[in-house]
Amino acid sequence: MIQVKNLTKTYNGTTVLNITNLDIPKGQSFGLVGNNGAGKTTFFSLLLDLIQPSTGMITSNSIQINISEKWKPFTSAFIDESFLIGYLTPEEYFYFIGELRGWNKADVDSLLVKYEDFFNGEILKNKKYLRDLSKGNSKKVGIVAALIGEPEVIILDEPFANLDPTTQIRLKKIIKELAEDPSVTILVSSHDLQHTVEVSNRIVALQKGEVVLDLVPSSETLKELEAFFAA
Amino acid sequence: MIKRFLSLEWKSFFRAASFQTNLAIKILMIFGALYFIVAFSLLGAGSYYIIEKETNSEPFQIINKFILYYFVFDLVFRFFLQKTPVMNIRPLLYINIKKDTIVNFTLGKSALSFFNIMHLFFFIPLSVVLLYKGFDVFGVITWLVGMIAMVLIINFLNILIDKKDAVFYTVAVIFIALGALQYFGLFDATNYTVLFFKGLYDYAWMVIIPIAVLILIYKIVHSFFKSNLYLDAGLSTTHEIAKTQNFEWLDQFGTLGTFLKNDIRLITRNKRAKSVIIMSVLFLFYGLLFGSGAIEVYDGPVWQVFGGIFVTGGFMFSFGQFVPSWDSSYYNLMMSQNIQYREYLSSKWWLMVIVTLIAAVCASFYLYFGWQSYLLILVTAVYNIGINAYIVLLAGAYTKTPIDLMSNKNAFGDKKAFNFKTLLLVIPQILVPLGLYYLGILLFDEVVGLGFIALAGVLGFAFKSKVFNWIENIYKTQKYETIAAYKQKN
Repeated sequence: MIQVKNLTKTYNGTTVLNITNLDIPKGQSFGLVGNNGAGKTTFFSLLLDLIQPSTGMITSNSIQINISEKWKPFTSAFIDESFLIGYLTPEEYFYFIGELRGWNKADVDSLLVKYEDFFNGEILKNKKYLRDLSKGNSKKVGIVAALIGEPEVIILDEPFANLDPTTQIRLKKIIKELAEDPSVTILVSSHDLQHTVEVSNRIVALQKGEVVLDLVPSSETLKELEAFFAA
Repeated sequence: MIKRFLSLEWKSFFRAASFQTNLAIKILMIFGALYFIVAFSLLGAGSYYIIEKETNSEPFQIINKFILYYFVFDLVFRFFLQKTPVMNIRPLLYINIKKDTIVNFTLGKSALSFFNIMHLFFFIPLSVVLLYKGFDVFGVITWLVGMIAMVLIINFLNILIDKKDAVFYTVAVIFIALGALQYFGLFDATNYTVLFFKGLYDYAWMVIIPIAVLILIYKIVHSFFKSNLYLDAGLSTTHEIAKTQNFEWLDQFGTLGTFLKNDIRLITRNKRAKSVIIMSVLFLFYGLLFGSGAIEVYDGPVWQVFGGIFVTGGFMFSFGQFVPSWDSSYYNLMMSQNIQYREYLSSKWWLMVIVTLIAAVCASFYLYFGWQSYLLILVTAVYNIGINAYIVLLAGAYTKTPIDLMSNKNAFGDKKAFNFKTLLLVIPQILVPLGLYYLGILLFDEVVGLGFIALAGVLGFAFKSKVFNWIENIYKTQKYETIAAYKQKN
């Protein structure tokens, strides 16, 4: 689904990302771990054409990301609060995203019903604009909005951060369910090794912009990762 | 301590992304400031003579009579334009600094604002003229001190009411009513206020009154700020009761409707964006200054075109100029969602066109001044739609100042309601139609001049898809820089 070739990103002579070859097949649940500055968000920003690669390229479904805009219809993402429109209510935001992706109100409503549990009664019909929601709650909105419109590629940057324990457990369930769908490729980054191991069927660790580990999770993976990051 | 604060201010000013990227705008700002300085100085030095020439009354008496409206207008002007003084207060709260120091510095900073200094350029030349005319030296000094105190009172009053729209609109309604009563000769409030303002000259001791009021209002503002220096008071976020609005009637317009819905919500739910509506309405009446003899130079035919452009173009200039910036806080979403650039730009274009058309209809009251006046407005509306709508979009591609819609939400928030940079970028968009009109008059007559302007507009409209391709490409080449610039919030 996603092919990365000789991708580098350099700022003023400092290379912050350097991936020679990375192939993410369709249907994979891809977990990205790494310390601050390892290049996780840079990689995701490149995947969304928010920054330009210095060299190399990424293709998604054979479409080169920084050349064509045709990847947009089947890709969705939640990176940070700059993906939220502060002056909308959560409902309006969901419908807006729905309309952009060709879903009508009823389609969106039926999706929202599925995530009532995840929202925990704190999102819908609360008479609040997104700008007035807490960090955790706005994260919930962003994550669910990224699931609207049957995207084939879903990119979530640090989805577990700022969520309360109950919501973290519910989110893990949601991501695992999505991972079971063979048509959905899901990319999740996290600082939390355990969460990543639980939801992914492949884990890649970045360090200073380079791929240093590429594992299929097993019962030993968590220990292996902990040993790596402790060093 | 003050020295440290000053160094913080200095750094925050010079290290802002918008400062480093937008030198051109800074230069325009300086020119704008110079313009105001020169205009105010001329007004200050000249008003005595103008009033002397135009009326038979004693000029100083007239000035003292109408100075009330000068201050009222100043308050209105500040309410929309002046930023509430802010410092990044949160990080200072738990540091070893007295709260009084923080508040005094913040308020002191506001006293040095250009909005106050500007008035010195009016009052000082005026005072010099008064002295030259043989007015009592001591009286003029106390009067000047009184005026400066008034300016500062307005400054702090604005800070106080800035938090409360209701107070502002109540004050505004009262003064509009007073103005109307005076205009129709029913009741003249200035007959009473003149006693006070003139009194500052006649009786030196009266200067105590404005100074006492100034001290009092400073104390009030000070205690207001101080008592609000808590995370759950002034620094907390206020939550509005949100109501979901779906505007289903816009669904029939497809993607365009989707964006229009959002823009309507943007304009109605953000204080900064709301000022766009106020500006549009004000500009609708701007034309009244032209050809009505209100301001002499504006009566020239070429200047009427200038006025005409603003009558229907107020929205275009105040909203359009900042087109991608309005969406700056969620620009990453717009760039990665299923949106083609063209749809996005064209929805903004349509919004401007629709509002311009509405303004053209609303402006039909200019028929009262004769069909020529209205024809001129219609012709300039065509030009606005055909040419200026593209120019503002184009300018927008290079305007990389993020607009932080979120910042409005707390009492100390940075409230950049309306930015006069917008107005400055307008200049090149006006010179062309003025030139066309002038050319028409020079070669033939006024009708041909209007014809030239309309033709330019129609031609622009005809080449819409070509121009859009070009603008779209510019936006695409600017995309990454814009994203990077919007990342840095001021």
